[in-house]
Amino acid sequence: MSEAPRIAVVTFPGSNDDGDAMLALELLGAAPVRSWHGDFELPEGAAGVVLPGGFSYGDYLRCGAIARFAPVMEAVGAFAASGRPVLGICNGFQILCEAGLLPGVLRPNRQQQFVCADVTVTVESTSSAFAGEWVLGQELVIPVKHGEGSWYGDPQLVEEIEARGQIAFRYAEDVNGAVGRIAGVTNASGNVLGLMPHPEHAVDPLLGPTGGVPVLRGLIEAALVPLLAG
Amino acid sequence: MKATVLIRPKEGILDPQGEAVVEALQHLGFAVSGARVGRLVDVQVDTDDPDEARAALDKMSHELLANPLIESFTIDLGDEG
Repeated sequence: MSEAPRIAVVTFPGSNDDGDAMLALELLGAAPVRSWHGDFELPEGAAGVVLPGGFSYGDYLRCGAIARFAPVMEAVGAFAASGRPVLGICNGFQILCEAGLLPGVLRPNRQQQFVCADVTVTVESTSSAFAGEWVLGQELVIPVKHGEGSWYGDPQLVEEIEARGQIAFRYAEDVNGAVGRIAGVTNASGNVLGLMPHPEHAVDPLLGPTGGVPVLRGLIEAALVPLLAG
Repeated sequence: MKATVLIRPKEGILDPQGEAVVEALQHLGFAVSGARVGRLVDVQVDTDDPDEARAALDKMSHELLANPLIESFTIDLGDEG
């Protein structure tokens, strides 16, 4: 059995799902390590990164707009550029979009209400580094809890990312007015994934659905892949 | 010098906040059929050179104050230095 991969979970001021992310990763056999927004480097030996949910910097200006300039984000950007896996959940997804590491942007929900519910998403692409065990069309039940989770990209962007297999998940039913019911996307090289649903809240059958397991396992598997070049 | 950056949701972009405002206004009996909610940022720029200030404001608007995917912005430089 391979050694448990170290996965950095970044805490920003206002993050509130960092603890659950740590617990879920541990439950699934990874070795989560705390990382701080003010750090200029990721923890030594980190083979994966999670930007967790929450309300970083109070969601001031736009969700994720300020967090993207946190010192640690430069390290996260370099980490992503090296091909290593980065997962952004909810606010983490918003941060990755604002940072330009993922396409599009998250807007206020169409229905003008915070949405908190277990939702079904379907796997739309298996071309990313996270998708080793995913099956096209596979349905996962994972909770969402957000006020600003309506993914937006203009028609040209949607066409481009769809053609490249960057749409990772769609909601089975409309949840927040997201364009194309998009719930999660990856970057072009498939090593950065962001999604609005919270896989870290859906790993223990005692607490509800377990649709988060394949998502987090995808990260852990991707972190286990040895980096080829230097 | 003082400056104001006005950020608006781009045309065609859904603005749930604006829609909520319209509904509330209609509820109050106002005859309105549209409202778009943007953001206003008053900035004190530490320079007296209007060109320099405008360049800085343009850069900060692109980088942080607005998201060009969904928002447009205008810069208003005060008359006084």
